[in-house]
Amino acid sequence: MGITFRKETFRDDFTFRNSPEHIRRFPFPFHEDSYMYAVNIEPHVVGPKGSVLENLIDVDEHYVSEMQDRALVLAEDPLRCQSLPHMTLAGWDLLELLMEQQALGYPEHFTLTRDGDRWRWINRPLGIDDTFTFGDVSTLPYGPMEYITRQSQGDFCILDQRDGNLWMDAGMVTTQADWSLDFDIGMNFFEWHAPVPLAHEKGIFVRALKFLTNIQQGKPARRLNWTMTINPRLDTSPENYHKWGPDRTTVTAENVGDKVHLRVELQSFWRLPRSNGIVFPIRCYLIKMDELVTQPKWARRLHRVIRDLPEELATYKGLTRYRPTLVEWLSKLDDGSPTSPGFGPD
Amino acid sequence: MSTGTTKLDVVVSDVVPVNDLVTRFHFRRRDGELLPTFSGGAHVVVEMRDGERTRLNPYSLMGSPLDTREYTISVRRDDVGRGGSLFMHRSVKPGLEMVISYPVNLFSLDLRAKKHLMLAGGIGITPFMAQTAQLAAEGGNFELHYTCRTASLGTYADVLRERYDRRVRLYHDDRDERIDLDRLLSSQPLGTHLYVCGPSGMIAWVRDRAAALGWPSETVHFEHFAAPQPGAPFDVTLAVTGKTIRVDEQQSLLEAIEAAGVDPPYLCRGGVCGQCETNVIAHDGKFIHNDHWLSEEDHRSGCKIMPCVSRFEGRSLVLER
Repeated sequence: MGITFRKETFRDDFTFRNSPEHIRRFPFPFHEDSYMYAVNIEPHVVGPKGSVLENLIDVDEHYVSEMQDRALVLAEDPLRCQSLPHMTLAGWDLLELLMEQQALGYPEHFTLTRDGDRWRWINRPLGIDDTFTFGDVSTLPYGPMEYITRQSQGDFCILDQRDGNLWMDAGMVTTQADWSLDFDIGMNFFEWHAPVPLAHEKGIFVRALKFLTNIQQGKPARRLNWTMTINPRLDTSPENYHKWGPDRTTVTAENVGDKVHLRVELQSFWRLPRSNGIVFPIRCYLIKMDELVTQPKWARRLHRVIRDLPEELATYKGLTRYRPTLVEWLSKLDDGSPTSPGFGPD
Repeated sequence: MSTGTTKLDVVVSDVVPVNDLVTRFHFRRRDGELLPTFSGGAHVVVEMRDGERTRLNPYSLMGSPLDTREYTISVRRDDVGRGGSLFMHRSVKPGLEMVISYPVNLFSLDLRAKKHLMLAGGIGITPFMAQTAQLAAEGGNFELHYTCRTASLGTYADVLRERYDRRVRLYHDDRDERIDLDRLLSSQPLGTHLYVCGPSGMIAWVRDRAAALGWPSETVHFEHFAAPQPGAPFDVTLAVTGKTIRVDEQQSLLEAIEAAGVDPPYLCRGGVCGQCETNVIAHDGKFIHNDHWLSEEDHRSGCKIMPCVSRFEGRSLVLER
């Protein structure tokens, strides 16, 4: 049985919702009652059935609506998708990876057939059936990276590896937590992470870069990151700050449950075979507080995490203005009883 | 977490003598599937099971990255080495089942280059076989200068001339032909990247001249796998696992650690990738450092060793393994 794709919006009337099954599979990012940075990287291997890790590239009920939202963002601002001239080969690598993984995980929705470099790609949810020549950009309506990332959930950064560093030289970024590809394009790993507080002092980026430059083909890795967003808005970019920034002043005790969303990024890291680059998919999952607190363990734990978060982190994540309102609301759902270890709901 | 590579079960599909010193080996997957795609400059680590001993040596993939039905490597016979190349030449026959690693690229092309200028010495030609095939297929701009001892030992010189004609320039030691390096390096268009693979003396010479002539270091790429050298046997205590091991004359320290059932991470086994870097807890004796990874300061400090290529002479050595 295939996925039932929801018709919903991530702007204006914000009709985005998670079904009960999708609430339970939400990648809750806290394994204990507090949070601090760590190099929380682990091998990206297939996880339990019914989790977001069931397939290495996850497709869910929001797929079709997310792809429509991406098309709207790109129509307004084409610079959300950029690829420096030397990154075309890496774009083909990414096209192969995403077509293979989506066809493998969801054969009822996606089919890839290959006859040498003559490829046929069928994407049933989006009504696409294209035949093209792998490696020949003139046979696709867009460059290879743009073509496939208009059909894949999550943002994608392609990093070139040279001089012992990683360089943000291509990407499709429309569902980001307040950072800009147009600003970061061409930067190296330390440059684009410069705004992150506390982690530099802990030497985290030096160790993370060492790990990432040694990622091997066939052995992807992953980590979770998180922030919070007011309203289920995918495009919280600096370019559109004027549209979403003021939302943070609208949180009241009455609307916390509906407006405040936990935003979790499942970040994975893959070595690309032809270009020797790294692709860094950043998959965004949203859940509103009303949905999240249907799992009592998550409600108790989130209360403790947000309440005790260091001030610098709260500021960096943009929670300062509504944190007291949120903590007060969550505190009523925290009876102080212990929470079980691990991420999952009880 | 270990960052070692995934293994591939392969069968030797062909063994082809190329000249007096070099033999080419072809591998296919035992399950008949395609091998993983790779990029020009990548190597695989070949596991050689020779009776009781297992050696693991890195070899550059030299086939076209566009053809993943088989991988090919070329092995130069080293009569005074530790025996890995002799094992390959004498014991590896078509049909033999072997295990190799996934490809790893520590000598990648810089795809921003307007032109790729390649300098090869001897068996250092192998990574350029794959890189030129990759670039030729994309219409890339490259030029290869290849130094060999004699025409008959110019491994693949004929193939390269046939494929790329005047883009390949040959130099024969026995005819006293020499690369006019300064002139070559002074006459390149802006945006050229330089790649060198060959004996360590050649790599040092090219890097020195490029630096002297003002080439930015990020445009100069080199690959030098130091093959582990044989040496006097020595004893080592592994403090973490509580084992005492002996490193034989023909064995590397890393191989001896692995033979004791301890598995440090590794990628290149040639002293360049840094994965197997090991802390020294105590020592009474002299290190023989052969790696290109640790700084001179690290070497002097006596606190670190790269067990894939380096050895020890003296009374006692205690490692954090």
